[in-house]
Amino acid sequence: MLILLLILFPLLGGILIWLLSDKLASIAALFVSIVVMVLSLVVYNQYHHGLHEELIYQQPWISQLGATFSIEISNGLPLLMVMLTGFVFPLIIGAWYNKPIEKASRFYGLMFMAQAGLMGVFLAKDALLFYVFWEVALIPVYFLSSMYGGARRIPVTFKFFVYTFLGSLLMLVAFLYIYQQTPIHSFSWDSLVSTGKSISPANQQWLFWMLFIAFAIKMPVFPFHTWQPDAYEQSATPVTIVLSAIMVKMGLFAVVRWLLPVLPDGVKYWMDVVMWLSVAGIVYASCMAMVQTNIKRLIAYSSIAHIGLMAACLFAPNADYLSVQGAAVQMFNHGINIAGMSIIVGILEHRLGTQQLDEMGGIAKIAPYFTVGLVLISLANIALPLTNGFIGEFMMFNGLFNADSKYRVWLTVLAGLGVILSAVYTLTMVQKVAYGPLKTTSMGFTDLELNEKIVVILILLVILILGFYPKYLLELVNI
Amino acid sequence: MNAIVISALLGVLMMLSGLFFKRSAAIQWTAIAGSAILLIGSILELIPAGQNKMFYGMLELHHVSSWFNVLMSACVMLYILLFHRSIAKVGRNDAEYFALIFFVMCGIYLMSMYSNLLILFLGIEIMSIPQYIMAGSDKENIKSNESALKYFLMGSFSTGILLMGITLIYGATGSFDLLSPKFTAVFQSGADPSSLAMIGVLLLIVAFGFKTSSSPFHFWTPDVYDGSPTAFTPFMASIVKVGVFMAFIRLFHLSFIQMASHWQLMMALMIALTLLIGNITAVYQQSVKRMLAYSSIAQAGFMLFAVFSTNQTAWDGMMLYSVAYTLSTLGIFAVLIKMKDYTYDGFKGLGKKEPVLAATATICLLSLAGIPLTGGFFAKYFVLNAAMEQGLWIALIIFAVLMAAVSAYYYFKVIMSMYFYEGDAELTEESNAVEKTLMIMNAVLVILLGVMPGLILNH
Repeated sequence: MLILLLILFPLLGGILIWLLSDKLASIAALFVSIVVMVLSLVVYNQYHHGLHEELIYQQPWISQLGATFSIEISNGLPLLMVMLTGFVFPLIIGAWYNKPIEKASRFYGLMFMAQAGLMGVFLAKDALLFYVFWEVALIPVYFLSSMYGGARRIPVTFKFFVYTFLGSLLMLVAFLYIYQQTPIHSFSWDSLVSTGKSISPANQQWLFWMLFIAFAIKMPVFPFHTWQPDAYEQSATPVTIVLSAIMVKMGLFAVVRWLLPVLPDGVKYWMDVVMWLSVAGIVYASCMAMVQTNIKRLIAYSSIAHIGLMAACLFAPNADYLSVQGAAVQMFNHGINIAGMSIIVGILEHRLGTQQLDEMGGIAKIAPYFTVGLVLISLANIALPLTNGFIGEFMMFNGLFNADSKYRVWLTVLAGLGVILSAVYTLTMVQKVAYGPLKTTSMGFTDLELNEKIVVILILLVILILGFYPKYLLELVNI
Repeated sequence: MNAIVISALLGVLMMLSGLFFKRSAAIQWTAIAGSAILLIGSILELIPAGQNKMFYGMLELHHVSSWFNVLMSACVMLYILLFHRSIAKVGRNDAEYFALIFFVMCGIYLMSMYSNLLILFLGIEIMSIPQYIMAGSDKENIKSNESALKYFLMGSFSTGILLMGITLIYGATGSFDLLSPKFTAVFQSGADPSSLAMIGVLLLIVAFGFKTSSSPFHFWTPDVYDGSPTAFTPFMASIVKVGVFMAFIRLFHLSFIQMASHWQLMMALMIALTLLIGNITAVYQQSVKRMLAYSSIAQAGFMLFAVFSTNQTAWDGMMLYSVAYTLSTLGIFAVLIKMKDYTYDGFKGLGKKEPVLAATATICLLSLAGIPLTGGFFAKYFVLNAAMEQGLWIALIIFAVLMAAVSAYYYFKVIMSMYFYEGDAELTEESNAVEKTLMIMNAVLVILLGVMPGLILNH
C-alpha cells in the first residue's frame, strides 16, 4: 500500500496543483515534492529493515489478458531509481522557487504527472503496466517541453516524441510476442522471464532489437541519440533536468529489468555490438562536447558520454556482475550530478539570458558561492575520487575490463578515453564560465539566493557524503 | 428484433414529425427521445449468452451482436446529443435528416444480426441509401453534391459486386442461409470449396473492402467524407463503418473460417496497403477534416486485423475498437464542427480560447493515435494481440506499429496547433454548457476505456 502512494500522491498532487492559482502553485509544489521525497525515504527505511510486505501492491486489472496492476520494490535498483525521482523534484522546485514561471500551476501540475509516470515505470512488475507508465511519463514531458523553452522547442520536442513513441511501439510488439508464448498468458515479470529463456535463440535475436531500440532511444545510445542535444537545449531547464536526470535512466533501468533477464540468448548474441555502439557513443559525444559553444548542448553531449559508459557496462557480463552494480550506482549518482549541473546552468541562463559560453566569463570574482557549487559539481561530473561519481565509475571500469568479451581491453581503453575527455571539456567549461576577465555580458550576475544556496548545499552534501562513504549505496546494489 | 423495429418506426416517425412540429427544436428533442427509446429497446433484448433465432431463421441475435447493438445505440444517442443542432442546420429538411439516421441504424442492426445473405444485402442497402442522401444534403454546396454522386456511384458499384458474390455462393451451395446444412457442407466441411464459391468469397471481400474503405477500394472515401456536411461525416466515418466491420467479421469468422488460409493472404495485403496509403496520405493533408478522412482509412487498416485474425481475441478487439474509435471520432468532430477554419492553422490558439474543446480534442486524438490510458490504445492492442495469436504474421504487425507511429505525426500536429502556437482559433458558434458537459463526458469515457477495457469485454 505504501508504494502505491509513490504513484498516487504525485498524481493527485499534480491534479490539485493544476487547479490552484499560480501564486499558490510553487509553495504547493514544494510541499508535494518534499512529501514524495519523504515517502521515498520511508520506503528506503522499510527496505533497509527488510519489511518487504509493505513494498508489494497487487490488484487485478484486466483479467481477460492476465494483466495485473502489480508494483513492487524487489531489489535495490528500483529503490535507487525511486529515491532519485523523489530527490530530484524538490531540488528542481526549490531552485526555481524564486524564478517566475509562466502559468506555474499548469507547469507544476504536468511536472507531478510526469513524476507519477516515472515512479510507475520504476515500480511496475507487469509488462503491460510498465508499457502504460512508459508512455504516460512521456506525455506530460512532451507538453512541458513544447510549452516552455527556446524558440525551436516545438519541432524539437516533436522529434523526441515521435522517436520515443516509435521505439515504445516496437517494445510493445516484442512484449506481445513473448506474452503469446507464456503458458498461462500472463504479463507478469516472472512469467516473462521464465518464458523468455525458452524462446529459440533465433527469435531472441530479433526480439532483442525490438526491445533494445526502444530503450536505446530513451537512453540515448549512439546512433539513436539525435533527438537529445536539441531537446536538452530547447526545453526549459527544469524540464531538461527531468529528462536528463530521470527519464534517460528509464532506458537503462528497462535494460536491467526487462531485457537482460528476459532474453538472455539475444543479449549474449548482440552484446558485443551494443558495447561497441555504446563506446563509439562515448568517444563521439565526448568529442562533440569539446567543441560546443552552447553550455546546455555541452551538458547534453556529456550526458550521452556518461550514459554510453553505463550502457556498455550493462551489457558487459562477468561472474560477479560488478559492472552492472557499478552502472546501477552510477545511475543514481549521475542523476544527482546532472541535476546539480543543470541547476547551475539554469541559474546562469536565468541571470544572463544566454546559453552561449563565450558570453560568460570571470563570474568567480562576483559570485563566490556560485563558483564553489559549479566547481564541486563539475568535479563530481568528472568522477574525481571522494566525489560520488568515483565509486560507480571505478566499479564500471573494473567490470568492463573483466568482461567476458574478446574486445574487453579495447572497449576499456576507449571508454577510458571518455573519462579523460570528460575532464577536458568539463574543466574548460568551468574555466570559461568562472575564471578569466569578467566579461561585460556577465557583469550583472548576482550570487546564489537563499533557496538556491540550500539546493546547491544539499546537492553538494549528497555528492560528498556518498563520495566519502558509499556503503549505503553499495549495499543496495549488492545483488 | 426490438432494435430493428424501433429504428424503422422511428425513421417513419421522424419523417412525419416534420409535418407536426414547426419548430426545429421540437424535432430535435423528438430525435433525442427517439434515440433514448432505441437504446432502451436494445438493452431490453440484451442476452447474456447463446443466441436467439428470429424471423424464421433469417436473423440470429448472437449475444455478441446484442451487446454490439446496445453499444451502437448508445453511440448514436451520443452522436445525436452532440450534433443535433448542427444536423438541423445543414439544410431546411431537418426532420428528414434524423429520419435518415434512424434508417441507417436499422440497416446496421440488420447487419449485426443477419444469418442469411439476403438479409446482409438488405442491411447494407438500407444502410447505404440514406447515406447517399446525407452526403448530398447540403444542396447548395458543390462539394456536397460531388460527394453524394461519388458515393452513390461507387456504392452501387460495390453493391453490384456484393450481389454477384452472393449469387455465386448461392450457385455453389444452393442456399442463402448461413446455417443451413447445404451451406455449411460447402464451407465448413474442411475440404476446399469449389472455385465458384471461392470467387464468391473473393467478391464479398472486395465489396466489404469498398464499404469499409480499405485500400485498394478506398478512393471514394476522402472526397465523400470531406465533401459531406461536417455534421454527418462523423456518423459515416464511425458508427456506419464499424457496423460494416461487424457484418464483415461475422460472415468471415462464423461462416468462412475453415477456408481462412485462402483469404488471409489477400487480407494481409489489404491491411498493409490500407495502413500505408491511409497514413502516408494523411500526413500531407492541409485540412483537418480531410486528414481525419484519411485517418479513418488508416484506422480501417487496424480494424481489418480483427477480421484477419480468426480467434476470440479478434472479437474482443472488434468490440473495443468499435466503441473506442467511434467515441474518439465523435469527440474530435464535435470540436471540428465548431471551427470556422478547418486547416491546422485554424486550430491555433484553441487551447487558450476554449480549454474544454481543446482538451476533448486532445484526448480523442491521443486515443486515435493509440496512446495508453485512452481507449484507442487497448483497441489497437487487442487487434494486434489477436494477430500475434495467429503467429507467423509478425512482419505485418511490425509494419502496423510503424504506421501507428506515422499516425502520431498528423494527430499531434493538431494538438500542437491548439496548444503550442499563438493564434485566435475562430469559432462559428459558442458551444453551450450542455455540449461542453457532453464533450467532457465523451472524453472521460475514452479514458475510462483506456483504464478498464474490461467494461466492454465482460459481455
